[in-house]
This record gives sequence, C-alpha cells and structure tokens, in this order.
Amino acid sequence: MTLTTTAVLVPLLPFLGAVAGLLLGRRAPGFVRPLAVLPTLAAAVLTVVVAVGQGTGPATDVATELTPTGSIPIDLSLHLDGFAVLIAVLVGTVATCVQLYSTGYLRHDPRYASYAALVSLFTSAMLLVVYTGDLMVLLVGWEVMGICSYFLVGHYWETEAARAASLKAFLVTKLGDVPFLFGIFALATDAGTFRITGILGSVADGGLHHPTLVALLLLAGVAGKSAQFPLHTWLPDAMAGPTPVSALIHAATMVAAGVYVVARLLPVFAASAAALVVLAVMAAITMVGSGLAALAQDDIKRVLAYSTVGQLGYMLGALAVGDRGAAVFHLISHGAFKALLFLGAGVIIHAAGTNSLAAMSRMSGLARRIPDAYWTMTVALLALAAIPPFAGFFSKEAVLGAAEHAATGAAHGIPGAAGWTVLVSGLLTALLTAAYAMRLWLRVFRGKGAEAPDHGRQPVVMNAVLWVLFLPTAALGLAAPLLPRWFDGRSLAPTLTTSVLGTGVALVGGLVTYAAWRHTSALAARTPIGAVVADPDAGPEAAEETAIATHAPVYGDNAGAADPADPGRLLLGPLQPHAAVGFHLDALYTALFVRPVRAAATLVRFLDGAVVDTYVRAAGAAPRLLGAAVRRAQTGNVQTYLGALLAGSLLLAVAAVLVATGTGA
Amino acid sequence: MHLAYPAVLAVLLFCTGLYGVLARRNAILVLMSVELMLNAVNLNLVAFDVWLRDTLHAGQALTLFTIAIAAAEIGIGLAIVLLVYRNRGSSDIDRLRDLAETTDAADGEPQPDTTAEAAA
Repeated sequence: MTLTTTAVLVPLLPFLGAVAGLLLGRRAPGFVRPLAVLPTLAAAVLTVVVAVGQGTGPATDVATELTPTGSIPIDLSLHLDGFAVLIAVLVGTVATCVQLYSTGYLRHDPRYASYAALVSLFTSAMLLVVYTGDLMVLLVGWEVMGICSYFLVGHYWETEAARAASLKAFLVTKLGDVPFLFGIFALATDAGTFRITGILGSVADGGLHHPTLVALLLLAGVAGKSAQFPLHTWLPDAMAGPTPVSALIHAATMVAAGVYVVARLLPVFAASAAALVVLAVMAAITMVGSGLAALAQDDIKRVLAYSTVGQLGYMLGALAVGDRGAAVFHLISHGAFKALLFLGAGVIIHAAGTNSLAAMSRMSGLARRIPDAYWTMTVALLALAAIPPFAGFFSKEAVLGAAEHAATGAAHGIPGAAGWTVLVSGLLTALLTAAYAMRLWLRVFRGKGAEAPDHGRQPVVMNAVLWVLFLPTAALGLAAPLLPRWFDGRSLAPTLTTSVLGTGVALVGGLVTYAAWRHTSALAARTPIGAVVADPDAGPEAAEETAIATHAPVYGDNAGAADPADPGRLLLGPLQPHAAVGFHLDALYTALFVRPVRAAATLVRFLDGAVVDTYVRAAGAAPRLLGAAVRRAQTGNVQTYLGALLAGSLLLAVAAVLVATGTGA
Repeated sequence: MHLAYPAVLAVLLFCTGLYGVLARRNAILVLMSVELMLNAVNLNLVAFDVWLRDTLHAGQALTLFTIAIAAAEIGIGLAIVLLVYRNRGSSDIDRLRDLAETTDAADGEPQPDTTAEAAA
C-alpha cells in the first residue's frame, strides 16, 4: 500500500465501521463490539504507519477534483505533514482507548450499538479534518463532528440536563460555524481555491485582501468548536454525556479541531496583527476565567471540562504568538492526559456512586478501591499542573517559552502585546491549574469520613486503558527534542526563565491549595452533606446517569455545592459564587438572547393564533353562515320554487329587453 | 287571419297554465296546466311559422317534437303521481315536503337522506 492509500483508509475504516454498526446494531448484537473496536484500532495502527511513512520529509499533497463547480473547484485532497500525521496518531490512539473503555463502561447500555457507531463516525470525521487538504472537505468533517457531539452528549436523553446540554452544544457551536463558513468563502474568493496549500501560497504572495476580517470570521468558528470565550459555555454543560464521550470529544479531539485549523491556517492569522491580538486576548480571558471557574466547580467532570477550556486557551495562546509547534505539542500531550483524566473520572464516578466532589471528600478509602485510577489520575493531574518531568510540563513550557520569545520582541511579525498577554495569563493560569488539580486530587482521594461503598472491581479493560494512556502522559516529554523536526523546526525545549517561573507558580498554587485544604477539611465533619445515591450493583453507565440526574436535587446547583469544607471556597473568597456559575455568562446569554427569542416566539405565536388564524376561520365561517341563510329558502314546496323561478326569469327578461333597446343603464 | 288572435290566445293559454302550475294543489291538475303551457307554445310556433312563410316550416316541425316530448312527459309524470299516491295516499303537492330544510338540520351538520328514508 502506498502512503496515500493508507491515509485514505484511515478515515474510511471508522466510517464503514459506523455504517455497519448502525445497520447491524439491532439485528446482530454480537457484531457490535468488534465493529466498534476493530475499525478504530485498525485506523489507529494505520495512522502510525502513515506517520512513519511520512516521517519528517516534505509534506505530501495528493488531490483529485471532486466535481467541477463552475467557479472555485472542490478537491478531495490529502495534505500530510508532521502536524497532521502526529495529531492523527493522537486521535486514533484516544479513539481506540475510548472504544475499548466503552465496551466496559457501557456494557449494559441498551443503546450501546448506536453509541459505538456514532463514536466511530466521530473518529472518522476528526481524522478527515486532520488529513484533508481542502477547506470544504474539512468543513464536512467539522460539521459531522458537531452533529455526532449533539447525539452523544444527549446519550442519556432521559435526563433533562442531557437534553438541554446537547441542544446547547449544537446551537452554540453552530453560532460559531456560520461566521466560519463565511470566513472560508472569503478566504477562497481571495485565494481562488479551497486548497489549504493554495491559500497559504496566496497569503505568502500577499494575495489576501482582507486578512483581519477573514481571520476574525474564522476565529468565531474556532471559538465555538474549541470552546473559547465567549462561546465556551457549551463545554461544561456537555459533561452530561457519558464519560468516554467527554474524554474523546470534549477533551482530546473535537475541541482540538479548532486549534488544528488555526495551526494549519496560521499564516492567514499572522497576516493580521489585530487578529493575533484578538486571539491572544481571547485565549487569555478564557485561560484565567476557566481556571477560576474550575476551582469552584463541584461536579468532577465539570472541573475537568473547565480545565480543558483553559488548556485550549494555552494552545490558542501559543498560536497567537505564532508558534504552532508549541500549540500542537500541547494539543497532543493535553489530548493524552486529559483523555486519561476523563476516563479515570468515569472510574471514580462509578466507584463513588456520585459525581460530586463534596460527597467524595466525605468518603475515605476511595484510593484503595480503585488503585489503578488513583495512580494514573495522580500522574495525569501532575501533568496537567505542569510538574516536571511529565508531558504537560514540556508542552506548557514550550507555550510559555514561545510567549516569552514574542514578548521580548524576538519573534518576527508578532505584536509584543500578544506575547505579554499570553505570557502573563499563562503564568497566572499555571497557578490556577495547579490549584484546581490539587483541589481535585485532595477532595477525591483524601476524603475523610465513612468508608467508600464497595462497587466491586472495575472492568479490566477500563483499567488497562488507563495504563495505556498513562504511557504518553508520563513520557511524552522525552519526545520534546525530536518533535521540532516534525513541526516548523523551532526548538520546543523548555527555557530556563519560564520553566522556573512556571513550575514555581504551579508549586505555589498546589501548596496554597494544600494549606487551604488542611484548614477547611476540619470543617467537613461538622456539616455532613452528600449521600451516595447510586445503586451499588449498577453498571458504570447507570451509575453515571443516576449521578447526573440526581446531582441538582441532592447537592444543590450543578455547578457548586454549598460546602464549607471546599478549599476552593476559601481561596476564591467572594469570587466563589460567581466562579461557580461561570461568571454569570449563561445568565447574561439568557437575558441577551434566550429571552428576546422567547418573547419573539410568543409574539409570533400570538400573531399566528389571533391574526392569521382569524382569517382562516372566517374563510370557513362565512360560507357556512351564507349556507344557513340560503337553506331557509328550501321549504319543500315545489310551487314556491317555481314561483321564484318565474320571478327570476321575468326579471332577466325585463333586463334583457332594457339592455337590448338601450333604454336601461 | 291576423297574427294577434293566435298570439293573444296563446298568452291566455300560457297564463292559465302558469296559474295552474303555481296555484293548484292536485298534482294531476298541475300536470294538465303544464300541458296547457306547452300547447300555448305550440300555438305560437305554428302561428309564427305561417306568418313568417318559412319554406322549411321549422315551426311546424318543432311543434311535432314538442307534442312527442309532451306525450312522454305526461306519461312519466302521471306514473310518478300514481306511485306517490299509492305510497302516501295523497297526491297533494303542498304536503310533499320531505326535501324541506328542517330546523334541526339547519343548526347542526347537514344530515342528508335521513328524512327521505324515514318518509319512504
């Protein structure tokens, strides 16, 4: 097989698996698991083959015209370079892990067949986005991911939260996708092609007429997909989906698509200093805000979701300072450890029978019940907090190093303001990241109180997947010296200043949280809240569904429980209630968009019911009234009819005579 | 002979027939009045045919048609009257009101056939 054939097979295999899974799911339940896992596994192996085949050589471009469109042609094309092949390896690996994990996690789920098929379809779409060299084809994959995300977030559609979250995820990302579509059109009109290589060539020649407009339009779509301020609000709510979905879609792949698109089109953004500054400010607000919000969340998955938002902010920050190598490096390492964190959270939710941190902090021995999740999660949280020598440290330092590089004016064409924004917010976020990672770890694994309930051993496959993802989480940093040859050639090694600063603030954040926890955990015994509500014998998927459904009634608001033992409450002080609800952004959107739309809908309903329908009903009522009047004439007496007939004919005759003689009218 | 005589006679015949159709109660007399009206028309046809000196004598030919049709009509009409009388014991036109719009039907949905079936 040539490199091209292999690369074509990569998105195709999961797609065929998805189609087969959807068709055969009901009739042949025995085939569902192999159909879910094997195509994804094969695709993952092929991504590695493609990565090895492509190597560090020049980018491979293959294209065939899909159809003549009359103006700008749409090509089916592949563009394989270091970025594409390495991200594809990440997508393939994480997707395979998630499919394997799901066989254990959703083993009793009645809708497993459609779930697995949708995950396969999603994987296929993401791989298409990664490999394609044409923006239109990229958009197809982009939108397929959107709809798969909608279906998968709404997997537990029996719960109100999941239904609302799936609609929200769909609508908010679509809100960004419309400007994205216009951005693609504007870009293609200027460049005369949808091919990314062609567009970049045109940018290099200065053929782009409105770089700022195009970049900002594209940025809207990226903000929606990659959950950046102000369109990030869907991601925390999307945690109402099953945990493997959160791991695959909302941590490692779909949200990475936005970052990937910016990385691919970075010269377009770099052509406009204003766009870079906007990108930097957006990333900075997202990073710091999500860090504060994560510190206040009570749902373990919502903490991780806000953390994802923040880490995506790092990636876009790296892009804002023009270093896509650092951004993609962070994307890959974050994909690995965030998938691990989510999958570990699934194990924890099953073992604890709740998704509330407040409840977990009141049960002891959770770490002993799930040793695999304990150790892997610990390392993944260290990686998240960027503690050396784990993967997150190297990638985050690469980002901070790039920001410092730009801030000191050493990067060509990058505004220093963008560099400073990213550097300062990045350091601040490093502090917050370490703080919420520490808080999560302490509250989950260092709880005091009643013994955690025994839910039996976790399925082996779930634990095995955790250890598979543990490898890149722990050791991806070793790849830092090798990666520049795959990327743009810029060094990704940590620089001394930012490393010391970054690690220092991370340690400070962790230690302060630990001190706060020591101070507050004494309060836990005094206010016992939180009961374990899940059925001990239930499978993981049922445990999570119950946890999602019962969180609000048992622990209060989904975002934050009123728990005085929470160290985040002490650290955030008066900010805590605001951070818990995401700084009231949802309330703002409700006031700005939801209420006007509802009012307009009420108005339209009134107009339809009271105005339009009146005409329709009158059109029926008027003939009925006329008919009733005419019916009175029907007496049954034939001679009356004949009399009327005579009178009528006389009238007509008189009229005819008058008209004929011209004496009338 | 002047045209006025047959014309006036035809008008008188027609008006008599018209009065009979509109005012008589007995169905047989109504039928007879219809014959009177038809024959008034026949008289007109013949009279104008002569007055116009039509070489094809279309008026006389049409009269023959009218007579034939009148014969058929009276045959069917009498048969109907006979059957009505056998069914109802009366051939009084004023009482044959089964097809009238009743008040309850006027208020609600139209109810075709029910009264006719009840009467039959």
